[in-house]
Amino acid sequence: MSAPETIMDELLATKAEARDLSFYYGDFRALKGISMPVHERKVTALIGPSGCGKSTFLRCFNRMHDLYPGNRYEGEIVLQPDNTNLLAGSIDPIDVRMRIGMVFQKPNPFPKTVFENVAYGLRVRGERSRRKIEEKVEQALQDAALWDEVKERLRQPAYNLSGGQQQRLCIARALATDPELLLFDEPTSALDPIATASIEELMHDLKERVTILIVTHNMQQAARVSDFTAYMYLGELVEFGVTDELFIKPQKKQTEDYITGRFG
Amino acid sequence: MIQQSAALPGTAYLARRRARVIRERLIELVLLLAALVSVFTTVGIVYILVKESVVFFEQVPFTDFLTDRQWTPLFDDAHFGILVLLSGTLTSSAVALAVAIPLGTIIAIYLSEFAPFRLREAVKPVLEMLGGVPTIVYGYFALLFLTPLLQRLIPGLPGFNLLSAGLVMGIMIIPYVSSISEDAMRAVPMSLREGSYAVGATRFQTATRVVVPAAFSGIASAYILGISRAVGETMILAVAGGMQPNLTFNPLEPAATITAYIVQVALGDLPHGSIGYQTIFAAGLTLLLFTLACNLAGHFLRKRFREVY
Amino acid sequence: MHRKHQDVVFMLVGIVALMVAVLTFLTLFVNMAVDGLPRLDWQFFTNFPSRRAAQAGILSAWVGSTLVMLVTAFFAVPLGVASGVYLEEYARKNWVTDLIEINITNLAGVPSIVYGLLALGLFVYQFGLGQSILSAGLTLALLILPVVIVATREAIRSIPQVIREGSYALGATRWQTVRYHILPYSSAGILTGIIIGMARAIGETAPIITIGALTFIAFLPPAPIKSEPPFLSFDWLMSPFTVMPIQMFNWTSRPEAAFQDNAAAAGFVLVFMTLAMNGLAIWLRYRLRRNIKW
Repeated sequence: MSAPETIMDELLATKAEARDLSFYYGDFRALKGISMPVHERKVTALIGPSGCGKSTFLRCFNRMHDLYPGNRYEGEIVLQPDNTNLLAGSIDPIDVRMRIGMVFQKPNPFPKTVFENVAYGLRVRGERSRRKIEEKVEQALQDAALWDEVKERLRQPAYNLSGGQQQRLCIARALATDPELLLFDEPTSALDPIATASIEELMHDLKERVTILIVTHNMQQAARVSDFTAYMYLGELVEFGVTDELFIKPQKKQTEDYITGRFG
Repeated sequence: MIQQSAALPGTAYLARRRARVIRERLIELVLLLAALVSVFTTVGIVYILVKESVVFFEQVPFTDFLTDRQWTPLFDDAHFGILVLLSGTLTSSAVALAVAIPLGTIIAIYLSEFAPFRLREAVKPVLEMLGGVPTIVYGYFALLFLTPLLQRLIPGLPGFNLLSAGLVMGIMIIPYVSSISEDAMRAVPMSLREGSYAVGATRFQTATRVVVPAAFSGIASAYILGISRAVGETMILAVAGGMQPNLTFNPLEPAATITAYIVQVALGDLPHGSIGYQTIFAAGLTLLLFTLACNLAGHFLRKRFREVY
Repeated sequence: MHRKHQDVVFMLVGIVALMVAVLTFLTLFVNMAVDGLPRLDWQFFTNFPSRRAAQAGILSAWVGSTLVMLVTAFFAVPLGVASGVYLEEYARKNWVTDLIEINITNLAGVPSIVYGLLALGLFVYQFGLGQSILSAGLTLALLILPVVIVATREAIRSIPQVIREGSYALGATRWQTVRYHILPYSSAGILTGIIIGMARAIGETAPIITIGALTFIAFLPPAPIKSEPPFLSFDWLMSPFTVMPIQMFNWTSRPEAAFQDNAAAAGFVLVFMTLAMNGLAIWLRYRLRRNIKW
């Protein structure tokens, strides 16, 4: 199913695009021929009931599935501006992950200091200049709206931070490496409402600089934060559109049933 | 500022990437070689034992090896009956297992089904340390403490005897038997026990009629590993059992086991390549085959046990 | 009526059984202490063995043990940790991996004297390393390899998968993840395994006798540091030697009571060392469980 053509498309640049993407866990076909754009510097949300494949789809973007045996991709995910197919066999997943960052469902800071957590991505890329690392760490923490809270605690263990702070730390960690696309896998499902609100506000600021693709099981959250929404069911893309339009006037009955709570 | 990086591959980038891939592959190769050392060790053991044994069996007929009732490899009229050494091994192991299996099982049942949590946590490290005492110390204990004690109880007991060595060996093996049995028993689900308690069974009945049978293959594997340990034990026997080959099944006599014989030869000065030198490899091969069989049996039993739950 | 007593009776039986084991251990330890402690003085540690019991000491034995342990650790630690890392982070499910794992399990159950035979035939003669500290260290390293490998694997397995994913998601390679995350976080568990392995190696007698460590040595291996260039010497690796358990074995085999006291003293030192090391490992494990907040 392809995205509906609207006038908006002409004003939007596409950062990434899934083209007829299928994914197999062994013999099981978890994703069925998904084609969908991810527009640059916008927030795109993936919603759907449990097991619909939204996390599976998200993890294709940074080739997380490559870490486990028995998985197979079909189709393409094309990254702009260089028109590279991320799923091609010739592309090293490490190169993909250097351009695309991820924030996980449960905050997973490393058992290291706050500073070292954010600096890790830079070290891994071979950055040695102490000054550069410090600059980037501070910048990333500022962008994640965490700097003021941790600037006195940079050398303390990251585990001492609260849940919401830890998640913002993970966001800072991902931002430090200047990703082109940021993937959020249900980033607030393990957080309390106040922490959730702060992360949503952060996303609103971040999207001016980075493209965001977010998986959420919380429809209200999708309605709040995203510009575009995709509704998935049983591995298929049912509907894709501008968030306001999809929520107010969905084009498919399936979508409407899910949104109005009739099922899911 | 977050920049959009245009990651168009340039030659420098490609070269760095190739270097990275090569480096990762090399590291993986090094790690694989380290892991293969264990395979090389097994190959080495089999190779050296078989190589020397082959030379041995070229000179000593296999049937003689199995049936001769004397073991006197260093005499002019040499005999090479492995039965002599086997009798020492079997007798001492039997004594040891007569101690280790009952006590080990009882301790395992007690710790798993009866003992309060605190007691178990306190006792487990002590048992572990029991298994960590060097066997030469156990040998000393058997020879210089237990044997004199036994000699008062059993008049006429020789200074070297298999009983004393076997008893101490049994105590040493208790931790092996009890910890594996206990793990097996604790893996039995609570629901089985509850079913038994619900019909009014006592703790003892539940333990012996429900838990132990359910954990049986795990417990059996513990016994088999205990057997393997007893058969392979060296120093306790070398010190307290005497190193005199003696075809006997009476624990009140001194006798040499397969392992004690190897020590005796190694203590002497045997020229490399002599028949005496080769006997220790033939003896070692016998030992290895037996313990390997035990270990495989124990391994399969444990695997089968895990699949059930 | 009969049934209710069952439980009480068995509890008594169980405690008695435990007591047998624990009391034997205590008796052994106390016996060693009573006979051996009087003999423990400064000279005991600094004298060579001698035909006169009163003047005999364990100098050559504990120096030999220390040197052999150095060689053992030198080989066992990198090989064991590397194997563990490979099996947990790199190995795929294929026959090579199965082969390696089967071998490790098997080797753990091989009697130590068979390792001695391997060393005698292969290291001492075939490779020509002689009856030396190097041969002994290599043999013991192979002997404790399964212990180190298993401890490494368990420590690595306790690291949650999300940590690995977090590292990979940032573009790290497998080695970078191992180097910056896996190894640091599992180091305490690995250390515990190494200590337990070394405690075992210190007390091993049979393989060392089989190699041909001499039981009466009245000299020390050549020192590793020399006063002339090139200042570092490896001659000690090829030197004949003895170790603590063998010294004890030698004294135990002598009928004179005075030598038996020496044996008790040496035994006490040995038991003390192995208990201390095992105790340290157990304590480390306990501390680990409290600190790690995965």
